[in-house]
Amino acid sequence: MTTHAALNDRDPSFVEEVQRASEQNLSLCYQCGNCTAGCPLTFAYDLPVNKIIRLLQTGQKQAVLSSKAIWLCASCETCTTRCPNNIDVARIMDTLRHMARLEGLVAEPPVRAFWESFLDSVRRHGRVFELGCMASYIGKTGKVFTDADLAPTALSKGKLPLRPHNIKGLDEIRGIFARNQERLA
Amino acid sequence: MNVPRLAYYPGCSGQGSSREYDLSTRVMCADMDLELIDIPDWSCCGATPAHAVDHLLSASLVARNMAIAEEMGVSGIVTPCPSCLKNFKSTQRRMRRPDFHAAVEKLLGRSLRADLPVMSVLQVVAEQGVRTLPDRIKNPLTGLKVVPYYGCLMNRPPDVMAFDDPENPMALDNLLLALGAEVLPFPLKVECCGASLGVTKRQIVMRLSGRILDCAETMGAQAVVTACPMCQMNLDMRQAQVNRANQSNHHIPVFYYSQLIGLATGLDDRQIGLERLCVSPRPVLASLNGENREARS
Repeated sequence: MTTHAALNDRDPSFVEEVQRASEQNLSLCYQCGNCTAGCPLTFAYDLPVNKIIRLLQTGQKQAVLSSKAIWLCASCETCTTRCPNNIDVARIMDTLRHMARLEGLVAEPPVRAFWESFLDSVRRHGRVFELGCMASYIGKTGKVFTDADLAPTALSKGKLPLRPHNIKGLDEIRGIFARNQERLA
Repeated sequence: MNVPRLAYYPGCSGQGSSREYDLSTRVMCADMDLELIDIPDWSCCGATPAHAVDHLLSASLVARNMAIAEEMGVSGIVTPCPSCLKNFKSTQRRMRRPDFHAAVEKLLGRSLRADLPVMSVLQVVAEQGVRTLPDRIKNPLTGLKVVPYYGCLMNRPPDVMAFDDPENPMALDNLLLALGAEVLPFPLKVECCGASLGVTKRQIVMRLSGRILDCAETMGAQAVVTACPMCQMNLDMRQAQVNRANQSNHHIPVFYYSQLIGLATGLDDRQIGLERLCVSPRPVLASLNGENREARS
């Protein structure tokens, strides 16, 4: 672990900000490790989730926001379900990727690319157009063969519509995205 | 009995990758006299990408659908998809805070109460439909060995979802028992399948969905039964990928529970979209019919 080197960079305003945005009290965590024991993604994480909470308590902004783990969390809610102190850990993970994104710290660019392609599809059509979302993801990442092997089955089973369905209230959806953009700017 | 009218939120996957879930849910509910009315011009709830990017954006995308439903004169909103459901319920919970409520209305450009009860179709069926189910069974699933797979979100987080036990839910077990199936204990019934990481980090899903299929086979199941479009896709459409990645040889059908209710209550195979499953259920169903015929003769 390289986190020791970063331990000098305590950022108290970061702790405040995470607590405010997630509405969670980080000092309630006493490191029992239940979250990590139940987390199905621990094997793929660079930092196990209990360690992320500990680093948060000590204000290690850089170490936390540049971790891969916050992008790989699948939002399965096991950590939140099992925390003996009722900390909504999954909501903290959500909050951290919001913050990392705004800081331009993205340790897993393909994950961000997929989320953006998905939301762009919602903005364009009002509902997700699965084929368009995949095409956009491939365009962003250059991963040309992403799930190409699934296409014949999906098509033959009628699970992959070739045309998007545009809802009537598209202006309303675009208004939501536009106002959110303004708010964050 | 006064049957409630419910607003139905199909979810985007119901129009594509989980068409058979939407189809079978609609016919199952019609058969149970549960009146579902589509939310007119419904839009995407934003799924995981929206809440992973911004909670206010996520809530506003959900709130548009809630606002439309509030004008429908319904007693509640139901959806088959656990991921949509979690977004609806989390939004409702967060909108209890007046400042968040006001911020959502500002982003959305219309006002709403955000107070209609929201439930999964599974919960409605498990709490109301199950009473009349035994009388409507025409083809009991006697001898069919199944494992119920709830996925991670149907019951979690427990204070938001408020349905069944978050570690050992039984609603789906009990429904399948009522159909006459042999329901096997399933230790991984609420473990994560890897969700949409299948697109971006396929190896993660190969491992997580692989162990769910391994466990189902170890328990002696002939089929997995789900209530989640994402889980079903990972276990069914990706089953060949899992086999290649893990050198396994699974060939196990993954049904939606609504399809099995349809089968047992005598609905037509096409109505419940059986032909849309990627791993064909035909061999399993053929052996089931053979056994039941022998048992009857």
